[in-house]
Amino acid sequence: MAANIFYFIVFPGFLFTAVVGLLVSWVDRKITARIQWRVGPPWYQNFVDFFKLLGKETIVPRGAGRIGFLFAPLMGLIGVTLVSLILWQMNLNPNRSFMGDVIVLIYLSILPALAIIIGGSSSANPLGAIGASREMKLILADELPFIMAIFTPLVKIGSLKVGSIITYQLNHGMMFTHHLSSVIALVVAFLCMQAKLTLVPFDIPEAEQEIMAGPYIEYSGPLLALFKLTRAMMLFAMPVFLITIFLGGMQFNGWASGWSVVKYLVILILIILLKNTNPRLRIDQALKFFWLRMFPLSCIGFVLALLGL
Amino acid sequence: MNKLWALKKSIWVYHLCSGSCNNCDIEILDCLTPKFDLERFGILLVGSIRHADAILATGSISRKALPRIKRVYEQMPQPKLVIAVGGCACSGGIFKNAYNIVGPFDKIVPVTAYVPGCPPKPEAIIDGVVKVINSL
Repeated sequence: MAANIFYFIVFPGFLFTAVVGLLVSWVDRKITARIQWRVGPPWYQNFVDFFKLLGKETIVPRGAGRIGFLFAPLMGLIGVTLVSLILWQMNLNPNRSFMGDVIVLIYLSILPALAIIIGGSSSANPLGAIGASREMKLILADELPFIMAIFTPLVKIGSLKVGSIITYQLNHGMMFTHHLSSVIALVVAFLCMQAKLTLVPFDIPEAEQEIMAGPYIEYSGPLLALFKLTRAMMLFAMPVFLITIFLGGMQFNGWASGWSVVKYLVILILIILLKNTNPRLRIDQALKFFWLRMFPLSCIGFVLALLGL
Repeated sequence: MNKLWALKKSIWVYHLCSGSCNNCDIEILDCLTPKFDLERFGILLVGSIRHADAILATGSISRKALPRIKRVYEQMPQPKLVIAVGGCACSGGIFKNAYNIVGPFDKIVPVTAYVPGCPPKPEAIIDGVVKVINSL
């Protein structure tokens, strides 16, 4: 019991994910700044932002749904903490896996988006409501190809356990380099992940220039800090999810630990470059992109996996 | 350690234009361009007043803008700062005695720092923000 609480709160749960997540969002800000020929913030900037927001006043706007407004940030935070906890437990010890845990992971990874919808729609602000409705459409759009893509390698090896896919990749090499179906699925899952992180081509829900901050618009102080932390932790947990499924997982013995970090950094830098070189899509364009382009592509990958490629 | 140490390193500013000629506004945006790059000091421009720590206020306040400015100031979470940017915001400027001007910013809301100039250079605006940080 005590061990489980330690896993949840310190390592590899909340504290570990939060610290690494804030650090990688600094990498995001720094690389973005370098791309724009700026200097960029120092490495502790995100920690300072977080502590500053903790010290500010919390305002609940008149007419807001109090319970939804106050509990939404907590719900998203718990969701992403659990995703990271389960993923890291399995990467450190694949035998901890249980039947159908990949379904649990997919469900939990939707919680932050649900939190944004609940928070945005209970904030009694028209822009917040617009942001929440856009987030809802974006989930509807990206969830279908994402689940298809995640299930493609699992269909290939015929198991619903994350642990068995990690051990399979340890014995036979990465899914990505050995199977055509997984190459297609990784491309689809990567683009869906960009939408799940609400980064630039798909940052439609919070679109700074048109609806200010969207669902976050009425949040201030500690609640906003929790939302920012959730986003930072997502930026750490979601690429680890893809690495676990497609790129052989994260191992930490000898040289393999360096290789794991390199895999994560490559995915992170690809996300940042995609974010910095693209304009924002409209919500209808994003819907068309995911349903008419990505979904057939993921279907092709799925069929290839069924054929054994 | 000061209670406000985190605030000093991460001031998020909200840009409030109340009847200015857009000259000061362009200079404010200039601070965020690669040449001056305020993000390296942790200063960010935010879109929502609920996220802001400081208001960068420009323009002499017209009667139409007055209730909105009061409202925006009240909607801001504590601790709050107001920086008046430009001659109009500091003193009314050339519109001082005009019939539709309610007055400079310090008549309406408490102002922490004044950055005079028509328009002030980006260096002057950065200097104003630094003075606010040092006064905390």
